[in-house]
Amino acid sequence: MTDAAELTRRTARLLADHPPATTARQDFLKARFDAGLAWVHYPQGLGGLGAPRSLQAVVDAALEAAGAPDNDPRRIGIGLGMAAPTILKYGTEEQKQRFLRPLWTGEEVWCQLFSEPGAGSDLAALGTRAVRQDDGDWIVNGQKVWTSSAHVARWAILIARTDPDVPKHAGITYFLCDMTDPGVEVRPLRQITGEAEFNEVFLTGVRIPDARRLGEVGDGWRVAQTTLNNERVAIGGMRLPREGGMIGPVAKTWRERPELRTHDLHQRLLKLWVEAEVARLTGERLRQQLAQGQPGPEGAGMKLAFARLNQEISGLEVELRGEEGLLYDDWTMRRPELVDFTGRDAGYRYLRSKGNSIEGGTSEVLLNIVAERVLGLPSEPRTDKDVAWKDLAR
Amino acid sequence: MEGPGPVNTQPDLLYSEEEEALRAAVRDLLADHCDAPGVIARTESDAPHDLAAWKALADGMGLAGLLVPEAHGGQGATHREAAVVLEELGRAVAPVPYLTSAVVATEALLACGDGELLGRLASGRTIGALAVGLHLAPGAAHPVAHVGNGVLSGELTGIADAAVADVLLVPGDDGALYAVRAQDATVTPQTSFDLTRPLATVTLADAPGRRLGEAGPAVRRALRAGAGLLASEQLGVADWALTETVRYLKERKQFNRPVGGFQALKHRLAQLWLEVVNLRAAARAAADALAAGEPSDETSVAVAVAQAYAAPVAVRAAEEALQLHAGIGMTWEHPVHLYLKRAKADSIAYGTAGAHRAALAELVDLSAP
Ligand SMILES: Cc1cc2nc3c(=O)[nH]c(=O)nc-3n(C[C@H](O)[C@H](O)[C@H](O)COP(=O)(O)OP(=O)(O)OC[C@H]3O[C@@H](n4cnc5c(N)ncnc54)[C@H](O)[C@@H]3O)c2cc1C
Repeated sequence: MTDAAELTRRTARLLADHPPATTARQDFLKARFDAGLAWVHYPQGLGGLGAPRSLQAVVDAALEAAGAPDNDPRRIGIGLGMAAPTILKYGTEEQKQRFLRPLWTGEEVWCQLFSEPGAGSDLAALGTRAVRQDDGDWIVNGQKVWTSSAHVARWAILIARTDPDVPKHAGITYFLCDMTDPGVEVRPLRQITGEAEFNEVFLTGVRIPDARRLGEVGDGWRVAQTTLNNERVAIGGMRLPREGGMIGPVAKTWRERPELRTHDLHQRLLKLWVEAEVARLTGERLRQQLAQGQPGPEGAGMKLAFARLNQEISGLEVELRGEEGLLYDDWTMRRPELVDFTGRDAGYRYLRSKGNSIEGGTSEVLLNIVAERVLGLPSEPRTDKDVAWKDLAR
Repeated sequence: MEGPGPVNTQPDLLYSEEEEALRAAVRDLLADHCDAPGVIARTESDAPHDLAAWKALADGMGLAGLLVPEAHGGQGATHREAAVVLEELGRAVAPVPYLTSAVVATEALLACGDGELLGRLASGRTIGALAVGLHLAPGAAHPVAHVGNGVLSGELTGIADAAVADVLLVPGDDGALYAVRAQDATVTPQTSFDLTRPLATVTLADAPGRRLGEAGPAVRRALRAGAGLLASEQLGVADWALTETVRYLKERKQFNRPVGGFQALKHRLAQLWLEVVNLRAAARAAADALAAGEPSDETSVAVAVAQAYAAPVAVRAAEEALQLHAGIGMTWEHPVHLYLKRAKADSIAYGTAGAHRAALAELVDLSAP
């Protein structure tokens, strides 16, 4: 088994062979991947060494101290957090070799073609069709929506219906879609902040080779579970310093602008400061559990907690700013590569954080998941379980 | 530097294997000694405290001496272990003077360095009570007894667990802390909201006292440890309320299905679960900070954060438990009222959430207007 000492040695060798100061960013990242130091818990040859996941921290700390470039995990979050674990679990050897390296180095950005106008929380109701051709390839037609980063993505994870004659969960297949293929059209979808971070994606006669199918035909729902579970895990358990989240900017404003303070705002600020600190500690506790190889169910709660906190804290900050709170920094329609909470004003943070309780599963749906999977409460009565998808009321 | 700055040394928020073993042992013992019907019956007797359970915890397991160094006959353990004991005591609303004697009085003596009395408290055969009102936050002003000619006089109210105390630690108006034997004072029970941690009035009429040391730092240290570890007791209370309610709602049927299957209730319970998960992290952080020994601003922040967060969660958990148990929850015979009374009293004990937020405002540089 690869231990911490071995990883330290390998990291030192990587740094010696590819000094960050004189190595181009992409070259360094490729070398790091090839040395198995990208995600150490991945298998050898796929950017890892089959080491315990907790040891990644050893590598990251050493590289950070040496000033090595990172792969900008926020920009490539969907690929890193969702596509990669799904490809690792269900991909063919050829798919793993083809996709994981450029995904990790950030050369290829991924997006997630899951949600549809008629299938949000009830994702399994989706209607985008993939029809098999005589040569085995698939032709895809349909519309996806709210697709973050589709305008910068090279690849997409896509779920589509391959059999309408069976109940909805059974007729779905999972594909890796080339966003540059003919028939893929990305249109910006402007959102309440003024910018267009997500998109509509129209799929018209898109041909996907069967080699780009991930998992068995009709097994797409199970494959998608891996993606969705990882989506939620990716959000909790990050290491934050005190005041490291949204509470930071508002605390700063409070300290620097005594003229804005009122007693009512003071009480609300202190309450939220405490809640933010406690959420930070809970995230840290989750991280410590993961590091010991005992993942707790707390992860499911972290997304809920941060969504509410981000919204309440940014809302408070708009009020605290008073007259300035009536202004907005910039309504220009842009298509940013990633969400920039800290580079923008309180009004932007307030509006964008409204998405935190919707994206990646709404808070209502997450509460259902906690109640059923963590607390073991009975699930909702269902009327759609044994009905063929084509016979469901729409 | 402005503000509290980043904290990069993270507290250890998990439970060690030894701590889990300790928890299991305490839980077993309380299952034998402190079942709910027994606790309810006791609250209506002349002896609300369960001294048999106390003896088993103190004598049998040596838990009264967790915070006392081995040199003074204690276990030399830390607040982390004491916190685990308090979680279990909270889960059972056990009527034992653990928090008041083994934590608060003990901490006051540790500050004074009185080895002899510490040893007696550590054995559990002597019960101590700090004669400061239970509602007072660390750093708050508190009433004192008059000291003259070496004897103490005055009346101190709201003293938790004084009814079973053998020795009272009394702050005097000369700035010193005194040990007064209970038999030299008059202890009159007050009718208390929390039946399982009753308060009493302590009346001193020329009572002899032994000077222990300076009262100011001793009381502050004692109340700070009390406040910090109270969060673990509150966690136990909240965790019981959530667990019992989930269990009940899976069983209880109305409209031909378990009521726990109705989404409105599922969401309330999931929300509560999230708050209990958060409370666990906050309580562990406070215990870990106290265990670090040297009192620092960081310890004060961790204690204030835990107390500002814990009280509302524990109260809400008990209130939700009552509402969701409905009719049965409103009865004297069902234990939920014991938890509601404890949770509500705890929300005042060692300072309210508001008092701890005010303390935080200073500590983390978020001053009032
Ligand atoms: C900023 C942002 C980025 C996004 N990025 C992506 C992306 O990259 N790729 C992608 O595929 N999707 C993306 N989404 C879509 C997102 O996953 C969906 O919006 C989300 O799953 C909810 O679906 P919906 O919007 O159709 O709401 P609906 O499912 O129609 O929900 C409407 C309301 O009903 C509630 N509701 C629904 N079902 C239940 C239930 N069973 N119990 C209780 N309440 C219920 C919901 O909580 C909500 O309040 C993004 C969304 C946002 C806001």
